[in-house]
Order: sequence, then C-alpha cells, then structure tokens
Amino acid sequence: MIITGKTHVYGDNIDTDRIIPGKYTKTLNLQDLADHVLEDLDPEFRSRVKQGDIIVGGSNFGCGSSREQAPLALKKAGISAVVAQSFARIFFRNAINIGLPVIEVKDHSITMNDEVEVDLQNGQVTNLSTNEVYEGTQIPEVMVKILNEGGLVPYLKEYKSYS
Amino acid sequence: MGQTIIEKIVSTHANKQVHQNEIAIVNVDGVMATDTTAPLTIKAFQDMGGEKVWDSKKVFLIIDHAAPAPNERIANLHTLMREFAKVQNIKLYDIGEGICHQLMVENHHVKPGQLFLGADSHTCTYGALGAFATGVGSTDLAGVMLTGQTWLKVPASYKITLNGKLQSGVAAKDLILYIVGQLGIEGATYKAIEFTGPAVDSLSLDERMTLSNMAIEMGAKACFVDTTGLELPYDFNHIYGDDDAEYEKEYVFNVSQINPEIAIPHSPDNVRDIAEAIDTPIQMAFIGSCTNGRLDDLHVAAEILKGRRIHPDVRLIIAPASQKVFLDALRDGTVETLTAAGASFISSGCGPCVGTHQGVPGNGENVISATNRNFQGRMGNRHSNVYLASPATVAASALNGKITDPTTLKEAVS
Ligand code: SF4
Repeated sequence: MIITGKTHVYGDNIDTDRIIPGKYTKTLNLQDLADHVLEDLDPEFRSRVKQGDIIVGGSNFGCGSSREQAPLALKKAGISAVVAQSFARIFFRNAINIGLPVIEVKDHSITMNDEVEVDLQNGQVTNLSTNEVYEGTQIPEVMVKILNEGGLVPYLKEYKSYS
Repeated sequence: MGQTIIEKIVSTHANKQVHQNEIAIVNVDGVMATDTTAPLTIKAFQDMGGEKVWDSKKVFLIIDHAAPAPNERIANLHTLMREFAKVQNIKLYDIGEGICHQLMVENHHVKPGQLFLGADSHTCTYGALGAFATGVGSTDLAGVMLTGQTWLKVPASYKITLNGKLQSGVAAKDLILYIVGQLGIEGATYKAIEFTGPAVDSLSLDERMTLSNMAIEMGAKACFVDTTGLELPYDFNHIYGDDDAEYEKEYVFNVSQINPEIAIPHSPDNVRDIAEAIDTPIQMAFIGSCTNGRLDDLHVAAEILKGRRIHPDVRLIIAPASQKVFLDALRDGTVETLTAAGASFISSGCGPCVGTHQGVPGNGENVISATNRNFQGRMGNRHSNVYLASPATVAASALNGKITDPTTLKEAVS
C-alpha cells in the first residue's frame, strides 16, 4: 500500500482531546466529527485540508482517551495516513482498526506542505519535496492483515475470529 | 526465564507461556463500554455481522459520560444502548448509577487475576485489585463481543517500589501525581506498571484505584498493584512475579518525602510541589471522577469544609462516583455537611470531568479538579485552565478561593 499526500505537521503529545474534543464525540455521524477535528489546535485545518493529505506528528501522537472518534474524525476529514515519531498505544490500534494507516518514523525532518510518500509494506516514508527517505518501524503481522482488509470490521466479517 | 505478574496473567488467558513483546490471542473475562464508546461499538459489532454477543453475562454497558442526556442527539444514543442491552440480555447501568470503573469494581464484575477490556482509557484502574485491564477503542471491543477474544502484544513491565509512609494530609492522589510528574506523559507508553512495596500494602482499595487510575497518564497499557494487604469481600488468589522476572525498568520512591502535589495546565505531567501554584485564584472546583469520587474523598472534603462556607467567588461541584457512594454519604451526613458549605451535588457519573455538560468553566477561569486530565479543552472550554489535585487540596482551595495547601489550612483560614 503506497500513499502520497501533502503534510500538516504538529508537535509532540497531540492528545485526543485536541484531535476531537470530548463534547463532540457523542455521535454516530462521522461528518459531525470531521467538522470539529483539530479545531482547538489548528482552527484553520478544516478549511485547508484536502482529500488524501497526511498528518505528521512528533512523539506520543494521540495520547489521552481511548476515543476511536479521534482517528475516525481525521479519516473522515480526508486524511489518508498519519506519520509520527511515536504513537500512544490506543490511538495506534484504533487507527488500524478503522483502516487509517499509521506509521512510526523515529527521526524525520518533514515540514508543513511537504509532499510525502508512505510505503507501509516496506515501512518507509519518503519526503518527495526533499528526497529524504526515513525508515519506519514494522508493525506486527496481525495489524498488517487487519489493515489489508481495510480494518477490523471487514477483517472479522471475513474471518469471524482472530485465531 | 521467570515471569512478571502481567506475563502470568496473560499466559493464563492465552493458554500458553508468553513473555514480553510476544503477540498473544487471549480469552477475555469481561468487557464494558460507555455512552461515549458503546454506540460505535454496537455499530461495529453489527457491521461485523454480529448477532448475539459471545457471552451476555460478560458484557456491560454504562451510561455515565453524558448522563442524564444533555440534548436530543445524546438521548438517542442512550436509547440505542438501552435497546441493544435489552435485545442482547446484557447488564446496562443507566444514568446516575455511577462511573463505569467504579461500577465494575463495586459490583465485582472484575476480579483479581482476570483479563478485562474496557472501551475507556482508564480501564487500567482495575489493576488496583490485581486484574490485567486495559482500554481499547470501540471496534476492538466489538471484536471481543463477537469472538470473546482479542489479540495483544504482551507488555514489558516497569516495577515501581514505594517505600516509606505518606505524611498526614498527603493522599494517594498526591503520590500518583508525583509519579506521573517523574515519569512523564509518555514515560510508560506500551508498558505495564507493577506497583509494590511497603507503602502500597497499607493502601485501601479506594486509594489503590486512585493510584492505578492514572497509569494511563504515563501511557501505560496496564497497571498492577501488589495485592498484599488488599481486602476484598470474597476469596482470591494472590499473584506474585517470579524472582528472576525481567523488568525493563525499576524505580524506587520514598513516599514519606512527597508533599501535596498539583498538575498545572495543560498536561497531567506538569506536576509541581503545591508551593509553586499557591494563591492562584480559582473560580470552579470539582470533586468526582473515577480518580477521586469515592466515599473517602468526600469524607476528606467534608472534614475540611465542616461548619464553614466556600469562598463566594467559587463554585464547588461534586459528583459521587456511584449511587452507592452517594447513598453512603447521604446516610452518614457527608452530603449535608458539604451542601451546607455551599457545594452543588450533581448525579453520579463523569460530570464535568469530560467537558460535555454539568459544569463547563468560562473563558479565563481557573478550575481546581480532583480528576485525572487537564488537557486544554478537557473540561469543555479551551480558554480555561485546569489544575489537578487531591480532594483535600480541592476543598481547601474552594474554601479560600485560591490554590491552598491543605496541610497548612489552619493558618490559612485564621
Ligand atoms: S470520570 Fe472522567 S476519566 Fe473517569 S471515566 Fe468518566 S470521563 Fe473518563
């Protein structure tokens, strides 16, 4: 799976309350989530984001609550992948479960509006704007399988069990 | 190679010996979801083709995050949960019955040695009674509802040994704030924390819950509090780590040296000795949440506020962690004492902790709160500042209208 897109870059410890504040999470309408995604952190994000864009974070991206609404809001807003130096555990798992590709890249110098390419198969991120290549961390096989099916819902619909 | 406690619990549930960093498919003893996460869980479960949950006795739904419903949209999500619970014949705790984590422990839905998953990050709280419990998202939970299993990576463990004895006026909350400040917000990401040592043995179940509750504020996947000294109303087996178990890191703290602590805006690991925030004016105070909404917490506040009146510029909101806590506090006069002092009681549940309703701060206001998170916007307004502290510090600060060290209160009010 290869994904390319323009970047929106943020710092360390972007918590789920800043991705989608708790007061907006109680809905099954994903558009309601997308309408408020990142609004406290970056009020301009909603008007700037384009389908296929990529979020780039520092360390501990998605810390805080277990709300799956956080990756769902990003995905619905058009985000095609999240690249970060490290992820909070629940966010990482949730993103894969809902079919939003995430990749951990320890060191990178990606800046706002760079064009990057994410190669999940090989665990690599390429900054097409600077031609730099960053090595990402491999994800467990079970996660690759889930992601290849498009998320945990289609995965379990297909296989009915984990074993 | 020996095993940590966490490795032992996971092994039992994987039906094979596992060690850290291995991927295991495990049988799950129970799951719960709240009104924030259950609607998505139900939807995912149905989208997976789910018809009946794998075991109706092991699934719990709780309406606590926005309860009673503040608007039509949320009311309809609550209806969806009630209908699902009825059709599936599963236990649902409705509005006012309490906070999910309090209810799971109080009603013995989770027990020592079990493996429990909750669609809420503070599920790590059940480590207080020696369970392996971790928070997952809605879709993961739906997967368990369908299969009774999940996959997980066995976490490496950090061992935190607590020596000494807490000084009088210093609470389990001060202790955990101190530790979160030391390790940092990503200090234990993906790891399990095992608390042990003489200072742990004398803690009550309530205090142990406060301690394990905030393990997630260091990114931990799970937490285990040594069950030595733990009293439960039923028999259980203690689990101990092997002598040659492998811990990724070990910390030793002397708790006798800890003072009242405070986390200043906007992160739970911005922890300071309270002296550094003293006299900051506050407009709102909150006692409640899965961290500090239990009977002992209300008693501490009542002791400070008995016969006194909170500062006229402060609103003090109290949400008991469960209806049982509320009833106990009602019967022993605590509710009366606190109400006479000016406190507003709201229904048992999450209340202002998660910023949906029941007490959102205004622009520029400072809030002192006995909860666990002070991220910007957490209590519903990004233009407010939240300080995290123990119930004693919250009560003392509500009394004075400014952040107050409860151990110096006598001088402060005279
Ligand atoms: S009280 Fe606060 S932290 Fe605890 S479960 Fe409710 S919202 Fe979450």
